[in-house]
Amino acid sequence: MEGIIEVRNLTKTFQDKNNKVEALKDINLSIHKGEIFGIIGMSGAGKSTLVRCLNFLEKPTSGIVSVDGKDLSKLTAKELRNKRMEISMIFQHFNLLMQKSVLDNICFPLSIAGVNKKEARDRALELLKIVGMEEKAGAYPSQLSGGQKQRVAIARALANNPKILLCDEATSALDPQTTKSILELLKNINEEYGITIVIITHEMAVVREICSHVAIISNGTLAEAGKVIDIFTSPKTKAAKDLILHGDENISNELTDTYKDATIKLMKTKRCIRIVFSENSSFEPVIANMVLEHKAPVNILKADTKNIGGIARGEMILGLPEDEDTASRMIAYLKGRGLAVEEVSDYVD
Amino acid sequence: MWTREIIKMLMEGIFDTLYMTLVSTFMGYVIGLPMGIVLAVTDKQGIKPNKFIYKLLDFIANVIRSIPFLILLIVLIPFTKLVVGRSYGSTATIVPLVIAAAPFIARLVESSIQEVDKGVIEAAESMGAGTFTIIRKVLLVEARTSLLVGVTIATGTILGYSAMAGIVGGGGLGDIAIRYGYNRYQSDIMLVTIVLLIILVQLFQGLGMMLSNKLDKRKR
Repeated sequence: MEGIIEVRNLTKTFQDKNNKVEALKDINLSIHKGEIFGIIGMSGAGKSTLVRCLNFLEKPTSGIVSVDGKDLSKLTAKELRNKRMEISMIFQHFNLLMQKSVLDNICFPLSIAGVNKKEARDRALELLKIVGMEEKAGAYPSQLSGGQKQRVAIARALANNPKILLCDEATSALDPQTTKSILELLKNINEEYGITIVIITHEMAVVREICSHVAIISNGTLAEAGKVIDIFTSPKTKAAKDLILHGDENISNELTDTYKDATIKLMKTKRCIRIVFSENSSFEPVIANMVLEHKAPVNILKADTKNIGGIARGEMILGLPEDEDTASRMIAYLKGRGLAVEEVSDYVD
Repeated sequence: MWTREIIKMLMEGIFDTLYMTLVSTFMGYVIGLPMGIVLAVTDKQGIKPNKFIYKLLDFIANVIRSIPFLILLIVLIPFTKLVVGRSYGSTATIVPLVIAAAPFIARLVESSIQEVDKGVIEAAESMGAGTFTIIRKVLLVEARTSLLVGVTIATGTILGYSAMAGIVGGGGLGDIAIRYGYNRYQSDIMLVTIVLLIILVQLFQGLGMMLSNKLDKRKR
């Protein structure tokens, strides 16, 4: 099926005076209508460049980006400007007009589209209601909190009834609580208006929270793409594993840092595996049974429950006994119980 | 010294200075504002880079700005005569004042516009705004307080330039200061004109800052 966004062999090279930087190399993507598609990668991976190629704020060096069946490179300047009204965008730093009121900010894209003042005002008030900011119509951006600014930016992005909403690190400047509420708002918008949403982020938590599909970008290349649930349960590439294990949560305080260090040291000494429980495997005490059956202890290095697209998934990292034989049999045992098992010792370098 | 004649002369001097300053600032902006916008827009980092146009305007601005005003004033005498019919008096002074002020104003405008957050410009582009819409509705709006500060600076500078025009009989407070203070050694009158010039500059400065603060919505 043809996606609403089709990216074919996309390459973007930045040419400096004396050096060439390949920001994106041969990217292929299909994003379908109604999806919430996450594009995740470490900073500098090229994901921001990629999203800017989707509305041609950056012109690709080669390759094709087509939106709704139209090859963007074939459009004239005017056609491209019109096309951009169907592809809205929100940003990490909100990018509101600081000298204009909230209401005028939302009227701005409407005035670009040539909507008359009165109509634009009515539409803007309606949009403010959708994002829950109707009391702030007369306020200026400097009087709002980060979360409120992003709500205004979302209202502004919806003004011209876009088909696609691009979110460039839209929650990266927000605290976890506010992030959650903004993600909820995006989810509602996706469900209610059927707008396809593309989310650029470096936080796995964001992808798990709302994305149905995800693409992992690493060093300018597409490492892996697919359904979030599949990639989370059995990541195939190193980039994906790194992101799932590391690029996670807001591990910032010292306590977790020390804990993380300790975890890594232990993992160096033993074979470690990561297992993911699906909903029906939680009835049986799998780990306890395994320990009893093999008469050898395992070390639980990490255990967590994560919410992936509304379904709770248990995740555990186990340090296995040093005896190779027992370790292999334990892995076989777990696989036999229908759990997703993968060794993670290789990722510690 | 406070004879009626002198008071009348000083009042006329104030009027002439204001006339030269305000008209020159206005005309300076008529030329300098578009020039500054084009400089900012065609710059490498601008929204519509154009090396040729940028280099050309950049060169013109630099050339005019490197000629000291006093010399420009004299060099332009034939041109001034051609435009206003004579080379002395307040109206004649406006011609070199505008020519000196325009590139200076263009630089002020250019730097004000360059201060506008690139993210906001990108947002406007992502909404499908064209170059003119971005100039009109983003650049000039977001930069307005900085532009107003620029107007204040320009007015003060042009006021200073206008005093120099006294050398060639340009009229205004500067002219009085030179005629009485320099040619006739009447330091008291010169002192009064200096005080008056200071008061004028202070007034413009205060007014400009007040307006720009009032218009700035970035402050809570």
